[in-house]
Amino acid sequence: MTEKLVIIGNGMAPGRMLEHLLEKAPGRYQVTIFNAEPRVNYDRIMLSPVLSGEKAYEEIIIHGDGWYIKHGITLYKGHKIVAIDRQAKTVTSDHGVTEPYDKLVIATGSVPFIIPVPGHDLPGVLTYRDLDDVRAMMLAAQSRAKAVVIGGGLLGLEAAAGLNAQGMDVTVLHVMPTLMERQLDPAAGYLLQRAVEERGIKVITKANTQAITGNGKVEQVELADGTIIPATLVVMAVGIRPNAAIAKAAGIAVNRGIVVDAGMRSNDPDIYALGECAEVSGQVYGLVAPLYEMARVTASQLAGDEAAAFVHSDTPTKLKVTGIELFSLGDFAEGDDRQEIVLRDASAGVYKRLVLRDDRIIGTVLYGETADGAWFNDLKKKQTDISEMRDTLIFGQSYQGGASLDPMAAVAALPDDAEICGCNGVCKGKITGAITAKGLTSLDDVRAHTKASASCGSCTGLVEKLMVLTIGDKYNPAAVQPMCGCTTLGHDEVRRLIKAKGLKTIPAVMQELEWTTSCGCAKCRPALNYYLVCDWPDEYADDYQSRFINERVHANIQKDGTYSVVPRMWGGVTNAAELRAIADVVDKFEIPMVKVTGGQRIDMLGIRKEDLPAVWADLGQAGFVSGHAYAKGLRTVKTCVGSDWCRFGTQDSTGFGVRIEKFMWGSWTPAKVKMAVSGCPRNCAEATCKDVGVICVDSGYEIHFAGAAGLDIKGTEVLGLVKTEDEALEHIVALTQMYREQGRYLERIYKWAKRIGIAEIKRQIMDDGEKRKAYFDRFVFSQKFAQVDPWSERVSGKDKHEFRPMASVGFAQAAE
Amino acid sequence: MMNWISIGSISDIPRRGARCVATPQGKIAVFRTAEDQVFAIEDHCPHKGGPLSQGIVHGAAVTCPLHNWVISLETGKALGADEGAVRTIPVRIDGERLFIALEALASRAA
Repeated sequence: MTEKLVIIGNGMAPGRMLEHLLEKAPGRYQVTIFNAEPRVNYDRIMLSPVLSGEKAYEEIIIHGDGWYIKHGITLYKGHKIVAIDRQAKTVTSDHGVTEPYDKLVIATGSVPFIIPVPGHDLPGVLTYRDLDDVRAMMLAAQSRAKAVVIGGGLLGLEAAAGLNAQGMDVTVLHVMPTLMERQLDPAAGYLLQRAVEERGIKVITKANTQAITGNGKVEQVELADGTIIPATLVVMAVGIRPNAAIAKAAGIAVNRGIVVDAGMRSNDPDIYALGECAEVSGQVYGLVAPLYEMARVTASQLAGDEAAAFVHSDTPTKLKVTGIELFSLGDFAEGDDRQEIVLRDASAGVYKRLVLRDDRIIGTVLYGETADGAWFNDLKKKQTDISEMRDTLIFGQSYQGGASLDPMAAVAALPDDAEICGCNGVCKGKITGAITAKGLTSLDDVRAHTKASASCGSCTGLVEKLMVLTIGDKYNPAAVQPMCGCTTLGHDEVRRLIKAKGLKTIPAVMQELEWTTSCGCAKCRPALNYYLVCDWPDEYADDYQSRFINERVHANIQKDGTYSVVPRMWGGVTNAAELRAIADVVDKFEIPMVKVTGGQRIDMLGIRKEDLPAVWADLGQAGFVSGHAYAKGLRTVKTCVGSDWCRFGTQDSTGFGVRIEKFMWGSWTPAKVKMAVSGCPRNCAEATCKDVGVICVDSGYEIHFAGAAGLDIKGTEVLGLVKTEDEALEHIVALTQMYREQGRYLERIYKWAKRIGIAEIKRQIMDDGEKRKAYFDRFVFSQKFAQVDPWSERVSGKDKHEFRPMASVGFAQAAE
Repeated sequence: MMNWISIGSISDIPRRGARCVATPQGKIAVFRTAEDQVFAIEDHCPHKGGPLSQGIVHGAAVTCPLHNWVISLETGKALGADEGAVRTIPVRIDGERLFIALEALASRAA
């Protein structure tokens, strides 16, 4: 019979424990989890990138809902356990659910420490612990006002960097003389403070917070020395303490945390504790590596291996603030029995310090250059005698073998048992073994099989080097394909960083994201220009020199260097006056070719560039505007004649097509967008191979998307059926805006949809009314700046240099 | 004999852009880079004759608008895997004024 295992808490430690347990003893337990947070298990280490905007919540989920279903685990989200009855062997949640257990695992984690100064309970005072805190901070950051972070440790600095990235004016208050004094010596603390200040974050050390004051909400922070700092947001990040209250109330032995033996068992033999709430041999832990070790031990114990025991080991600390390289490990206090080796390179911003005792490394601080962290960690762990290489030790591993400074050689030289991933305790041999044995070729595969680089991600570079060493060219790092040769970043990363860092010009993007060329290339510049136009519609000044010629001169270049011109015919509808005007223009400018296009428009081909403004002027007189036949933008909305004329028509497809086109013209998109509206399922407008199509039916409007009839042929997917024309418009606009915000430059809707998933798009556009409305509103806002007819602008003289030669040199001049 | 002909001012050309000069020998494209270097080459891609003046200018190179060949503005040679070259024309900047040398052109035209 299966035993009942109940877990209180759903953080990273119990999540990892369950993975081990399902592997070691599948089917042995029927598992029930109570999570006080209303969500699944996510990677808490990655909250800082979420706060800074570099990652989305969806990207840091460890176990999605499907995982729990697949393993038959019952997860109560948003249920806080309020009582453990050890006699009856039950737990009870605040929503009144009572669950019996055979074995109970307490993994309640920790609670942030709140300094009990006056005003600590004012609205606007937050802690930094879970996703709710992060969301509250991001909301507060929208005001772009002032924030104070109390605490200059790891969490405090990450919070400060995140809020700074969100546009807030941030001050860090730290009670000690230097930052991160538990992990860094004063010299490295000083370098760190300088780097933090360079980002525009103010740092006040030796700051003793006396009170937080304000009228009904936070307005300022007062220090003991009388300094007053205005702030609308205060984040307390001064430390954590184990959350052991529920265990204590149940009469389980609690000291600082829940007291457990090396097998993670409390003084009640059926109750285990692990994670930040547990205390082993008088120590409590906060970094992920020892917590994962606890998870392994607990799982083994639950699976029946009573010999499994937790062993303490030092864990390196890394700061997850983009652009600051920092590594610290072990003990680096000064003492008589210790020697130290220090390397300072002020111009490069590098500081390294090794603390030695009896010719063995006991502590390491690396700042500015941390590549050798893994090697020093390995030497320390193995207690290697370093007297032989003492003189060159500080220069790192690559220096030892001679002059080579090749980082690849350094990784190759690491022994098989060298630790690569500190978070998950994965050594080199395990990674290379898995790559070979399982034929892994992508980083995601390696993460899935070994867990290496799956938590904080700071060892990703090392893991990638191991992949190259093991399988050579077969490793295709282009799981993320760089945008172009000017950067190693992919389109998605660039788009995310543009938003996260608030980059609003092409030079700013290239500077901040470390482009390797001075002004980009013909691939990245148009892409960046589009991303900036899309993300900052009101602030970004369109860079014409970064647009392809067609979009620069609003016509299509032909093979002989002449241009073709397509005026807009809304929904494909025209009249005698328009046709007469086109005929006159064709005669006047001796246009050699007139052709009806596939999108129900008239194309005039073979126009000389110099004539374009005059052609547009004449067309403009007749009421024509640009048809954007050249644009990565909305091209055409094809229609059939619908219920006005057709005996089968169910709705006014022509009128609706015209309405969509008038609403959406002028918008720029990642690639061209072609639409169509058919008045009945006979589909004369061919809507089912368009980027977006509508099939009118008696009961309303069936919205289609992600079709293709070009390089690829693909029928559309059905987004859904809506009743009214207004609803149909809102859904189509929202879908287009979602694509505008997420699509990679030149990626058509069908490719984007394949990448994102049809289900996800339906969920956001059909099911989530709030999201749909938000997309719609953002599109409408951006249209305020986009709906300007480029032809009439140029008839009025804009960019006139484009259409005239700079000079003409005659025979006489040339022959002089 | 070098025949320097004034073609206008550097400010007539947008940064990272080009303008054309019409000559009896065909169009010459005059480029201005982000760093205000000025180059002149034939406005005729060695591949299929595309108007290079209409391309995107990056560094000291231009990408042809027709089929994305990348041409060095300094040497006139195609960069990367493509092979071919266009004629380069000497340019002199005197303060704001730009001059191109049409000696070869003159002798051919004469």
